[in-house]
Amino acid sequence: MSAATTTVSADARPLGRALTANRLPKWAPAAVAAGSIALGCGIGAVGGLASHLQWGLISAILFVAIGYALSARVEGRRQAKDRLATSVVWVAFILAVVPLVALTFYTIQQGADVVNGYFLSHSMKGVLASGPGGGIYHALIGTLEQVGLATATAAPVGLLTAVYLVEYGRGRLAKTVTFFVDVMTGVPSIVAGLFILSLWNLALGFNYSGFSGSLALAILMMPVVVRSTEEMLKLVPNELREASYALGVPKWKTILRIVLPTAIGGITTGVMLSVARITGETAPVMMLVFGADYINSNPFDGPQQSLPMYIWQQYSVVNNDYGYARAWGAALVLIAFVMGLNLIARGIARWRSPKGGH
Amino acid sequence: MKLQRNGRSKALAIGAMALVSSLSLAACGSDNNNTTSASGGSSGSSSAAAINCGKPGALIAAGSTAQGNAIDLWKTTFGAACSGTTVNYGGVGSGAGIQQFTQGKVQFAGSDSALKPAEVDATKAVCTGGQGIDLPMVGGLISLVYNIEGVDNLVLDGPTAAKIFDSQITKWNDPAIAALNPGAKLPDADIQSFHRSDDSGTTDNLTHYFAKASSGAWSYPASKTWAGKGGQSANGSAGVSAQVKQVKNSIGYVELSYAQTNSLKSAAINTGASKPVAATTENAANTFAKAKIAGTGSDLALSLDYATKDEGSYPLVLVTYEIVCDKGNKADTLDTLKAFLTYTASDSGQKAIGEKGYVPLPKELTDKVNAVIPTLA
Amino acid sequence: MTSSPPAAPRGRVGRQRDSRVGDKIFMNLARGSGILLLVVMAAIAGFLAWRSGLALSKNDGHFLTTFEWAPDAPKPVFGIAVLAFGTIVSAIIAMAIAVPVAIGIALFISHYAPRKIAQPFAYLVDLLAAVPSIVYGLWGALFLVPHMDGLTSWLNQYLGWTYIFDQTKTGTVPRNLFTVGILLAIMILPIITAVSREVFRQVPRMHEEAALALGATRWEMIRTAVLPFGRPGIISASMLGLGRALGETIAVAVVLSSNSVLSLHILDPGGGTFAQNIALKFAEAGNNGRNALMASGLVLFVITLLVNGAARLIVARRKEYSGAAA
Repeated sequence: MSAATTTVSADARPLGRALTANRLPKWAPAAVAAGSIALGCGIGAVGGLASHLQWGLISAILFVAIGYALSARVEGRRQAKDRLATSVVWVAFILAVVPLVALTFYTIQQGADVVNGYFLSHSMKGVLASGPGGGIYHALIGTLEQVGLATATAAPVGLLTAVYLVEYGRGRLAKTVTFFVDVMTGVPSIVAGLFILSLWNLALGFNYSGFSGSLALAILMMPVVVRSTEEMLKLVPNELREASYALGVPKWKTILRIVLPTAIGGITTGVMLSVARITGETAPVMMLVFGADYINSNPFDGPQQSLPMYIWQQYSVVNNDYGYARAWGAALVLIAFVMGLNLIARGIARWRSPKGGH
Repeated sequence: MKLQRNGRSKALAIGAMALVSSLSLAACGSDNNNTTSASGGSSGSSSAAAINCGKPGALIAAGSTAQGNAIDLWKTTFGAACSGTTVNYGGVGSGAGIQQFTQGKVQFAGSDSALKPAEVDATKAVCTGGQGIDLPMVGGLISLVYNIEGVDNLVLDGPTAAKIFDSQITKWNDPAIAALNPGAKLPDADIQSFHRSDDSGTTDNLTHYFAKASSGAWSYPASKTWAGKGGQSANGSAGVSAQVKQVKNSIGYVELSYAQTNSLKSAAINTGASKPVAATTENAANTFAKAKIAGTGSDLALSLDYATKDEGSYPLVLVTYEIVCDKGNKADTLDTLKAFLTYTASDSGQKAIGEKGYVPLPKELTDKVNAVIPTLA
Repeated sequence: MTSSPPAAPRGRVGRQRDSRVGDKIFMNLARGSGILLLVVMAAIAGFLAWRSGLALSKNDGHFLTTFEWAPDAPKPVFGIAVLAFGTIVSAIIAMAIAVPVAIGIALFISHYAPRKIAQPFAYLVDLLAAVPSIVYGLWGALFLVPHMDGLTSWLNQYLGWTYIFDQTKTGTVPRNLFTVGILLAIMILPIITAVSREVFRQVPRMHEEAALALGATRWEMIRTAVLPFGRPGIISASMLGLGRALGETIAVAVVLSSNSVLSLHILDPGGGTFAQNIALKFAEAGNNGRNALMASGLVLFVITLLVNGAARLIVARRKEYSGAAA
C-alpha cells in the first residue's frame, strides 16, 4: 500500500489544475477506434496486404497509438497512461476474442446441420464409416461415464489436497506436495495414458474399459483441481477464519462451513476447467478405452467409445465429407455439453455461495 | 450448518442430474441403424447370403490404420448378416496392434509388415503350442499424388521420385523430370514435397521401393520413419492429402483411397516397361499376382517385387496382414474368428473392398489363405 | 450462575475432544490425499525412469545431442535435441503472447467491462477452455495456417534481419514453430484468463478504493493494488497454461510440419515437440521405440519440474501477501 501512496502523491498535480483539466469527450475512444479501423483497412488495402490478420493488427496498433497521443495532448501524461492501459486491455480482449469466436462459429457452422435427434440417439453400429448416417450416442455415453468417474476420483482428492496445502500444510511434506502438483500439471496426457496402460491393463491384467480411460483422465485432472482450488482458498481472508476460531468453532468445521463456501465460486470454476480439459483429451483415451461402434453403457467392462476419439477417427480415418460432418457435429456436441455443465455448476455456485462476500 | 449443506447438496444435485440424464439417455439411445445400413451396405448385401456366421461372439482386433476402411466395410457387412456377432477394430497402428496381440488383448492384429523373428517369439506366449502367423488380407497401392497446374499426366521413375523426395531435385522443370514427360508444361517452380510426419507402413513400403528401384539415389535404409532430407511433413495420409490438395506445385504419397476421396491426381511410374504404369487397382493386382510367399508353413508373408519391370505391373504396393495364432487362439472366439476371416478372404469380401480404393488380392493368393484358415486352432 | 460454572467446563471439554477428533480425522484425510498424489507422481516418475533406463542403455547416439529419432533401427540412435528445442521455443512463443493478453482479458472482465457484458464474456472464455484440442488442431490446420501466410511473409520481409524471422525456404506452408506457438497461445488463453480473473476479483475492495481515494487513475489503481495482489495467482495460472502448452499433443501433431532439423528460423517448417513426437511415433514403435519415447516423456517431466521450481521461487517471496495482511 505504501507503494501506491508514494506513486500517486508523486504524480499528483495541483488540485486546482486537476479539477479544471481538459477531458476528452466520452465518445472519443469510439471515434478513435472507428478512425483507426478505417485507417488500418485503408493502409491494408493500399499496401496490398493479403492477410486480414495484418489489417486488424495495424488497426489495433493505430488505435492504441492515436488514443495515447490524443490523450497526452489534451489530458496530460497520467490520464494518457490510463487511457493507454484501457486501450491495451480492450485491444487484448478483442485480439483474443476474435479468433476464439471465429473458432466457435466455425464449429457451429460446420456442426449445426449434422446434429439432430437421430445423430444424438444412435450409435455407429451397422453403419459404414465412409458412408452417411450413424450417430454419436455411444460416444456420448462413453465420455459421460468416463469423465464422471474421473471427476468422482479426482475432485475429492484434489480438493482435500488443496485444503491440506492451504490450511494445514507446513513443513517439508506440504512443500513437496505443492511442488509435485505443479510438475504433475506438466505430465503430457499421452504419458498418463501410457502409465495406466502399463500398470492397470498390462501389469494388473485388466481389460480395456471406460474405467481405465477415466483413471488416466483422473491423473490429468487432479493437479488442475489442486492448483486452482489452492489459489482460491488462499484468497479467503484470514479475518474470516480468525473470527470463526474466536467463536470457538473447530478448525475442520471452519474449513467446511466458512472457508470452502466462501471460495466455492472459484473452486467450481477450477473443477469445471479441469473437467473441460479432460473431456477433450484424445490421446490417453484412445489407448485405453479401445473404441467401439456400439452402445456399451458399462464403463467397467468391454470397449467403450469416447467423443474426442470419435472426432479423431472420423477426421483422420474416415477422411471424407461424411466423416468430417460427423466430426464437426460431435465437436459441437462436446463443446455444448461441457458448456452446459459449466453453466449449471456456475449457477449453483452463485446461488448457494454466501452473499455479501468479503 | 447451512453453508455446509450447500456444498453437499450441490454435489448431490450435480450427481443426481448426471445420473438422471445418463439414465434417460440410456433409455433413448439405439444401436439400430437399419434404415441407413440398408443403403450403406448395398454393395455387400448381395453377398450377405453367402456368409457363414459361425458361433456368435465379439471379436476385438487392432492394428494398421491402412486397412481401417476395409475392416470397417467387412465388419458392417458381416454384422448385418450375423446379428449376434460384433467385430471391433481399433486403428491404433501396426506396432501397437502387434503389441496388443502379444499381450493377449486382441484376437487378431492388422500389420503393414510381416512379423519379425523377435515378434514371432513374443507371440509364443499367447499362442499356446503355436505362434503368430501372417495372413495377407488387404492389398493396397501407394499413389504419388501431385498438384501442378496444367500437368495432368505426370510420369516419374524410381530414381527421379527418390530424388524429388530427398530434395536432390528441387524444381519441377528439372531435366530429369522433363525427360520423362516430353511435351508437358512443367512450371519453373520449387517442388513442395510432403511426407508423413508419423511413422507408418506406407513410408516403409515407399522407402522399400526406393531402396530397390532408385539405382542408389535413395541412400537411406528402408524404414517406417522418414529419413529423407528437406520437404515438409504432415500427420497421417489424411494430412498429406490435405496439404497436397491445398498447396500448388506439391507432391506427396498416400494410399489410393485417399487420392480418390480427395480427387488428387496420381503419377504414373516408368518402371522400364514399354509404357508408364498408372496407379490403378488392376495394375497393382498384377504385381500381387507375381508376389512370392516368403513365409514358411502356414505363415503367408509375401515378398513383393518392388523393382518389377513387367508390363502393367504397378510397383508401389503394400499389403496388410492379419496376424493370428496358428494354434492356441482363444477357444471361445476361435469359431467367430475363422468365420470372419473366411468371409474377408472370400471373393465377395475381396471384391467389396476393391470398390473402396483397395486392391483385391488375386485368386491364387486368397486360395492359399483360405486353405490356412480352417487349420487354425 | 451458581449452577452453570460446573456444567460449562464439562460441556466445553466434551466439545473440545469432539473437535479434536474431528480435526484429526479431517486433517489426516487431507494429508492422505496429498500423500496419494505424491505416490501417483512417484509411480509415474519411477515408471518413466525405469523404461528410460532400458532404452538409454541401448542408445548408440547421445540422448541429449542427437537429432535423429530411430530407436527401432538395428543400431538404435535417438536424441532429444530437436524435441527439447521445439518444445521450449513453441512454449516461449505461446507464453509471450498468451500471458499479457490473458491478463488483459482478465482485467477487462474484472475491472473494465460493464458488469452486464462482463459475465457473458466470462462464460464465453470458459466455454473456450472447453474446446477440445483436436478441434483446435482442425481449426489450426484449416483456418489459421492459410491466414498466417501474409503475416509470415511480412515478418520475413521486415524482420528477416533478426535471423529468427528469416524465412530461408520460401513458398512453404507456414506450418512452423511460430504458427504452433500462436495456436498454443490461443489454446492456453482461456485457462490463464479464467484463473487470473478469479484472482483479480478477489482483490480486497478496500485496497482498490484506497488507491482511488488517493487520486489514482484506474490504471494506477490496477498497477498498485490489483497486480501485486494477483501476481502469485497470475504465475500459477501461467504455469497451468504452460503445462498445457508443453504437453499439447494432437493440435501440434496436426499443424506442425515436423522434421529432425534444429533451426532458430522459426518461420521455416521443421522441428518437433516431445508430446507431438510421442503421438506420432507411438503407434508404430517397437519395444525399444516405446521405451525411448518414455525417456523423452521423462525429459518433458524434468523440464516442467525446473520451470515450476523457478516459478515457485518467485511466488514464495510473495507468499504472505494475503487479503488479511493489510
